[in-house]
Amino acid sequence: MSVPDSLFVPMNRSAVDAEAIVRPRLGFWKESWNRLLANKLAFAGAVIIILLALLASFGPMLTDQSYSRQVLTDANMSPSAEHWFGTDDLGRDVFARILYGARISLFIGLMATLIDVVIGIVYGGIAGYVGGRADNLMMRFVDMLYGVPYLLIVILLMVIMGPGLLTIIVALSATGWIGMARVVRGQVLTLKSSEYVLASRSIGSSGWHIIRKHLLPNAMGVIMVQITFSVPSAIFAEAFLSFLGLGIQPPLASWGVMASDALGVILSGHWWRLFYPAFFISMTMLAFNLVGDGLQDIFNPRQRRS
Amino acid sequence: MASYILKRLVSMLVTLWLIVTVTFFLMHSVPGSPFDKDGKNSNPTAVQNMMAYYHLDEPVGIQYVLYLKSLLKLDLGPSIGHFPDSVNSMISRGFPVSFQLGMIAILFAIVAGIALGTVAALYKNRLIDQAAMVLAVLGIAVPNFVVATLLIKYVAVEWHLLPVAMWGTWRHAVLPGLALATGPIAIIARMTRANMVEVLTSDYIETARAKGLHPFVIVTKHALRNAVLPVVTLLGALIANVLTGSFVIEKIFAIPGMGKYFVDGINNRDYSVIMGTTVFYSALLLFMMFLVDIAYGLIDPRIKLHRKEG
Repeated sequence: MSVPDSLFVPMNRSAVDAEAIVRPRLGFWKESWNRLLANKLAFAGAVIIILLALLASFGPMLTDQSYSRQVLTDANMSPSAEHWFGTDDLGRDVFARILYGARISLFIGLMATLIDVVIGIVYGGIAGYVGGRADNLMMRFVDMLYGVPYLLIVILLMVIMGPGLLTIIVALSATGWIGMARVVRGQVLTLKSSEYVLASRSIGSSGWHIIRKHLLPNAMGVIMVQITFSVPSAIFAEAFLSFLGLGIQPPLASWGVMASDALGVILSGHWWRLFYPAFFISMTMLAFNLVGDGLQDIFNPRQRRS
Repeated sequence: MASYILKRLVSMLVTLWLIVTVTFFLMHSVPGSPFDKDGKNSNPTAVQNMMAYYHLDEPVGIQYVLYLKSLLKLDLGPSIGHFPDSVNSMISRGFPVSFQLGMIAILFAIVAGIALGTVAALYKNRLIDQAAMVLAVLGIAVPNFVVATLLIKYVAVEWHLLPVAMWGTWRHAVLPGLALATGPIAIIARMTRANMVEVLTSDYIETARAKGLHPFVIVTKHALRNAVLPVVTLLGALIANVLTGSFVIEKIFAIPGMGKYFVDGINNRDYSVIMGTTVFYSALLLFMMFLVDIAYGLIDPRIKLHRKEG
């Protein structure tokens, strides 16, 4: 059987573009978001975080009780229609204190993390990108700080600066950026030697362009994971400090302060005073950890915990 | 190996010196002195004498040199708050208790964490696994002082199983040890599970199974060894966590450990106690991390210590 030459016609290229992208293009964030939606636990965590954020922003409108007004005749009341979560030993409404405490606890967690992120990215980014002796020196310093029990540094700073909201944030971020810097530096170090960075460099991109367009966006995944673990640990550390009497000062409330105030009275049966703050601390920790685990699976599929 | 150890020791000393220097100057940057707070020592001559006794009237530079000199003799100086007491005697009284408590907690954490993680990995994605992992997440999410309070309320007060507080016999150590171990148990369990799941799919486990070894032997002798290795690297950080975390637990259970002195030191602005504790704990932690690194090299011959950056 022979095929006549006349049948050999070049295909009309313009009609069929084999390289055309037929499906909608998913960006990095869109795809990550889709994977987050697919991970039920992480999604639940994200929902809880959003709820907590809403509670902190608009929650105080839900109650006409004041977080600081003391009504001594109403002290130690168990939860009722008037005081949803009961009252404390000074007759303050626990529900209102939880709502205002949410603001302070989340604010501490977010601010401390924000500072961590900024310092960590700059420090770790420079160390990783410049490399060589500078990297060595900078990481030595980080290793050194890593060797000090971080709570001692925090307590030391608190003692020096005096208790208060600002002090807590400064003290927590004074040690918190170390983890972030390590993660960013490690990521930048690997990304720096990847082929696409080499390609970008060979077509003449400036160092700044490479950092901004290639290194940072690709390091963002691990940074996000680190963030989700650093917010709850800041909230946790605040609770710990409150316990040592170094937390937020009265009449302000944070969950940590409320929980530690309640520890003395738990045996007298005022369970609501410990239960609610402990519940909210635990929920926050749980939510951030779930999202963090989910993000870890999304951004570091190689380390996926099957 | 010897040169690695030497290098690490030198770098530890340098680190410790830096920590001492930074804490010293931070402490002395606080305006005022420990004696001018509540007018207790308002007699100016008395204050003068006190200042002279603690060398607080000297220039900061001289005080620093004096402090370093006494540190070289392993003397952390006198306590300002509890007059005749020295920081050393406080540590020698309080630390053994804290250390015992910490070690008990670490022991709990290692045993329970590894057991929980292994069982979860063996029953991967089944009910037992999910239950174990929910437990682990809770362990991370619930603050240990809440766990401690619940343990006191139920185990001690309502069921009368164990003493409520204080320190003495092993019965006193169970509840605080458990409370302190909750976080570490959860961390170790998760890590063990992740490693175990990976190890169980490896070829040598398949081989062991193929030649008909008992499943128990496969898990304990073959799989666990490799699965638990990375946990060793965590130990340094966990020990630090447990030792500082015990401050709170000690306060709840009225345990006469380091925590009591430290918290008193904070409340009395007793700078020498705060500094002494910081220096002591930093030294301890550095030493622990050093031990962990050495141990890691010994346990896992694949790790070459001299190639790792100290």
